[in-house]
Amino acid sequence: MAKRIVIDPMTRIEGHLRIDCEVDEGKVTKAWSSGQMWRGIELILQGRDPRDAWVFAQRICGVCTTVHALASVRAVENALDMEIPLNAQYIRNLIIAAHSVHDHIVHFYHLSALDWVDILSALQADPVKAAKTAQGLSDWPMNSPQHFREIQARLKEFVETGQLGIFASGYWNHPAMKLPPEINLIAVAHYFQALDYQRRANKIVSILGSKTPHIQNLAVGGVANPINLDSQSTLTLERLYYIKNIIDELGDFIHKVYMVDVAAIGALYADWTNYGAGVKNYLAVPDLPLDGKGTRFDLPGGYIPNADLDQFKSISGFNDAYFEKGVKESVKHAWYQGGKGALHPYDGETQPEYTDFQDDAKYTWVKAPTFYDNRVQVGPLANVLCMAAAGHEPTVRNLDKLLKMAGSIAGTEIPVEALHSTIGRHAARCVRAAVLYESLQRQWHLLMENIGKGDYATYNRPDFPKEEVRGVGLHEAPRGVLSHWIVIRDGKIHNYQAVVPSTWNAGPRDENDAPGPYEASLLDNPIADPEKPLEVIRTVHSFDPCLACAIHMVDTRKQQEVVRVHAVGSQCGVTF
Amino acid sequence: MQILPFIQQDPLLQGNHVNPVLVLGLGNILLQDEGIGVRVVQKLQHDFLMPAQVEVLDGGTAGMALYEHVIDRTHLIVIDAVKTGRPPGSIIILEDEEVPAFFHNKISPHQLALSDILAALLIEGKPLPEITLIGIEPVRLKTGIDLSECVLAKLDLLIEMTVDYLSEIGFEAKPRTIH
Repeated sequence: MAKRIVIDPMTRIEGHLRIDCEVDEGKVTKAWSSGQMWRGIELILQGRDPRDAWVFAQRICGVCTTVHALASVRAVENALDMEIPLNAQYIRNLIIAAHSVHDHIVHFYHLSALDWVDILSALQADPVKAAKTAQGLSDWPMNSPQHFREIQARLKEFVETGQLGIFASGYWNHPAMKLPPEINLIAVAHYFQALDYQRRANKIVSILGSKTPHIQNLAVGGVANPINLDSQSTLTLERLYYIKNIIDELGDFIHKVYMVDVAAIGALYADWTNYGAGVKNYLAVPDLPLDGKGTRFDLPGGYIPNADLDQFKSISGFNDAYFEKGVKESVKHAWYQGGKGALHPYDGETQPEYTDFQDDAKYTWVKAPTFYDNRVQVGPLANVLCMAAAGHEPTVRNLDKLLKMAGSIAGTEIPVEALHSTIGRHAARCVRAAVLYESLQRQWHLLMENIGKGDYATYNRPDFPKEEVRGVGLHEAPRGVLSHWIVIRDGKIHNYQAVVPSTWNAGPRDENDAPGPYEASLLDNPIADPEKPLEVIRTVHSFDPCLACAIHMVDTRKQQEVVRVHAVGSQCGVTF
Repeated sequence: MQILPFIQQDPLLQGNHVNPVLVLGLGNILLQDEGIGVRVVQKLQHDFLMPAQVEVLDGGTAGMALYEHVIDRTHLIVIDAVKTGRPPGSIIILEDEEVPAFFHNKISPHQLALSDILAALLIEGKPLPEITLIGIEPVRLKTGIDLSECVLAKLDLLIEMTVDYLSEIGFEAKPRTIH
């Protein structure tokens, strides 16, 4: 008989992402993805000055502050058809790439590695054997027996305090945990090193953006970083060289640690290349513009229907009508007033109409976006596949490197098709980090060269017409395609819609009742133990879910995440 | 080129914080009273001159991005909306061991909360700062940027408490001259 599993991370207030699954004979047979919180930024922005929109937009999410700020200024610039100075473009590009690298490292090590790595098993590892294994895979200097022994000792001490804290939410000793103790220890050691490297990546954002978590240097028309190579309060040569040092260090970590760990974990969980594909239409937008208007890009984007890379269609730039015309959102299964069919974001409406969780009707606050009426998956996997299909050399080379590395560990050749899977999303994310590292190097050199030519411009003043103008701000964010859509009338915001990456991936069934990417990816996932649905968590986490968009409040009355596991006719709760 | 001497002179490029004390406002300003922590630090920055040892930061709803701000501090003063079941507008102060448990709930399904960052520091063998939470019970948490009247009326009190607390631990914030 089918059992119903409800995974509802009951966060402080209403919670954000809830996943419901029906499980029959050890497999997921039906799934629902539900956003449990309403994001009302659209209504807050109406009537405001478009130049201020980014300041509010970066509050949509605590993780993705930078990306919303950027998409917002790009939307206004697109509406005004304006050009921004090259320096501004390069500085933004450095911020984008550094933020993404930070985000990818945090996602793999701190937000999802523990779905695959068993902390308690690491305590049983032989540090000498672990070092030998690690050194066989990489010449990273911290892969020493002493370091692994030290980490193991600290971990043991920490576990013995009984306060697992950061590790409290793991499914230790779960039958789906398969790594040998030494690999678990290596991964735990790198987990801690990654804390330091994500911090370094974020430092680039802090230096260029003046502050984190909320950067302050953006402006419609460019950036607010005066460039004066001699003045302390501006972007100096010292700061630029300091950034270069960090970029070099990040490259080492990505190539010698991150890619190696993903290759090893992927090879040892090779069966997970068979699960989690879901929607195989992939969408990515081009990013890191190389000119003031956004017509040439460092990273290409486009659309791949049905996993067929030969049918890749390029999205050429910020003014590409192919993207702008293709997007619609359906609210048939979302808690908004509907009845008008799927609407284009310029005409989008956001009028709440809460029902209850209704399996066959409305069950989420997330709308269901489509691209030319198809469901699409966005994120690093879509991005990497599109870049590879476009023949982007750094992508092709780094992807090949990763697949070869994983193949040599697994002892079998791993084809590109293996990427259409749960583990494939992790693989693509680390390939993307490697590509972004090279972009950081390139953008840094472009900025230095341009300043060297005596060009210090960073800002062009925007000019707002009386008549209505519309624009879309595109950004290939760490979680995928982000678009902010703005309608400006008489210099004021008339309508504003943000179609965020998690809307594409976490959206519910659409106008034709076709499931969204999360929902489709869960079908046929194996479930060893319905009361500990680790496999569901693995697949959902592989997307890097971020429905926060954004809430934070201390609640002393509730403790931690709760997984409610409902069996039909009975009910039990597992708290972790 | 020789960049080391310059790096040593540039506070932005220092590995460690030059300010050992962090006043951290948390919350989402798009959800009315949820953003009170941020409103307090914004007003603190506007109305007061801080001594060199004190940094005042708007942390918003950030997760892991807070790691670099929390590390290497001696004192961490967090200002946030709290739900304790007390009447709306109630103010509470918590210290040290009482605090981390309060941040145990994750901000989102994937996000690391402040408690996770503190746990990471602990397991890395890094010293934890002395932590104080100055919190207030919210009244309204709907979409919107205005505070409720009740919480707005307590804004100055929260600022005063923060300034008093800084003074208690030896750091004097000076009111900026009002024009």
